[in-house]
Amino acid sequence: MMLLEMASSAFGERVAFGSKDGSGITYQELYERAGRASQYFKETNAEHVSFLAESNVGLPISLFGSSWAGLPFVPLNYRLAADEVQALADRISPTVTVTNNDLASIVQGKEGVSLVTGDQLIDFSMTGATPDPSWNMDPDEIAILLFTSGTTGAPKAAVLRQSHLVSYILGSVEFMGAADNEASLVSVPPYHVAGIAAMCSSVYSGRRIVQLPSFDAEEWINLVINEEITHAMVVPTMLARIVEYLDNDSSVKITSLRALSYGGGKMPRPVIERALTLLPDTNFVNAYGLTETSSTISVLGPEDHREALQSSDERVRQRLSSAGKPLPSLEVSIRNDEGIEVPIGESGEIWVRGEQVSGEYLGQGKKLTDDGWFPTNDGGSIDDAGYLFVEGRIDDIIIRGGENISPGEIEEVLLNHPNIRDAAAVGVPDEEWGEVIIAVVVSRDAGSFSESMIKDFTKEHLRSSRTPDKVVQVDELPYNETGKLLRRVIKAELVKEL
Amino acid sequence: MEIRAGSRLKSGVCQTEVIAVKAPGTEMDIRCGGVPMVDPTGSMPDDPSPVDGAMNGTQMGKRYVDADDTIELLCTKPGEGSLGLGDTLLTIKESKPLPASD
Repeated sequence: MMLLEMASSAFGERVAFGSKDGSGITYQELYERAGRASQYFKETNAEHVSFLAESNVGLPISLFGSSWAGLPFVPLNYRLAADEVQALADRISPTVTVTNNDLASIVQGKEGVSLVTGDQLIDFSMTGATPDPSWNMDPDEIAILLFTSGTTGAPKAAVLRQSHLVSYILGSVEFMGAADNEASLVSVPPYHVAGIAAMCSSVYSGRRIVQLPSFDAEEWINLVINEEITHAMVVPTMLARIVEYLDNDSSVKITSLRALSYGGGKMPRPVIERALTLLPDTNFVNAYGLTETSSTISVLGPEDHREALQSSDERVRQRLSSAGKPLPSLEVSIRNDEGIEVPIGESGEIWVRGEQVSGEYLGQGKKLTDDGWFPTNDGGSIDDAGYLFVEGRIDDIIIRGGENISPGEIEEVLLNHPNIRDAAAVGVPDEEWGEVIIAVVVSRDAGSFSESMIKDFTKEHLRSSRTPDKVVQVDELPYNETGKLLRRVIKAELVKEL
Repeated sequence: MEIRAGSRLKSGVCQTEVIAVKAPGTEMDIRCGGVPMVDPTGSMPDDPSPVDGAMNGTQMGKRYVDADDTIELLCTKPGEGSLGLGDTLLTIKESKPLPASD
């Protein structure tokens, strides 16, 4: 809330959210509406403000309004099944839920849930007096609860306190750093940490936000052109679709886009290389982070991208697959199973420490070591030049004949095959090896390769114990809408078939 | 005054307002323009006289720190005074703006 108050007092007349055609709302208006929304939230006697809808202007009003009221803001995943949403609502009861007419029925009539539609909230936040700034400046107050995707078991609610978000913003964003013609296109959903971070960063830097509630490559490109978007953040699957679209229609010209950041999952190298070629004037940024770390902890910047693309040294080129270097405001260390730092270049678990790192789950306390380190459960390594390579969740590691194999390493090789559009490597149980490696691939042109071709290709690049034992061809790989590959879905399908 | 993270302070000599981003939670002598800063809800000092050499101004959005890194203040409203811890002026914490990542 402090961030918005500063924005409102320094550049209140600028458009904060919405179109450049004059229909948007300014920082001053957002501030006043957040104040009125906070009054409403307080009067409901709710203990949480939840948000069950696609992005709209009600989102920033709810986010800052809940912060003003001193209530945790809880964005809910509207794509979950109704009973899953209801189970989450139970965990944050009593709550006031900001929703829309289509989704309201999911939680309507539930005990401990009072409903308001985004339109209603926008309507009554438009008139009346703005309350005095009376928010609590307690840095330990919970700002956001974000339910993790819960790939194993029930979703956990990651706790981000005011101090974590403020540390992240102060450490990475310059106040009023944006020129008044800058605009950011947000297409990640509100229940993703990147969606929350984008709002805080843009407000503090003074960059107008345009929301794209439901991603579609053509619509994204049209918005970039029509709204003169200068900044955007996408997940890898979105970038792959954008690249495909631009490849198919060379008449489309994107000129305003100065910076495009991506994250949220592993980016296939052919996609990023193609994107760099298609958009030579755009600065690309790869951001790696977790919900539990208030978003970004490591960044591969524009210069690194260009240098890697132009280099003939494979070691430098490989940096396009890295997450760049850790933010100066925090520390990253690669540890083994016993929590001891491994030598440079060796793989282990990524540990992180810093003021933006929460590592806390509601009802479970902080998963931090005594000296403040958070083990991320992501595997990775740091090379001698300081670049961080993320290998994916440690739980996804394939153990074949006692050897630990990172699926990412195999996938990277597969994706370099000219006929493969997408690929996943997973381990499935096997009596002889413990697990065997199955490569699940999507071809560029249907039926254009054989299993032996793929095996031979991987043998050229990987040691034999790491080449896939079997290759399965599918039409599409399953992803969630934030670009995370759903390995457990792939595994379950394979186990059923084998 | 006891200063902890989240404490807000107001200058007695100008419009400057700050919020403590980092603070030890102990009694501290934070000044602006050489005059002790006050609680924003409290009363202003009578007839404050700014100290020469402590009126170089504050900049909104900048973070001010002491040499020992015990305190960090974020300027939320700018003014003409300079921030200080006792007689020693605080300096601006240089931040390396990062490429926009979200």
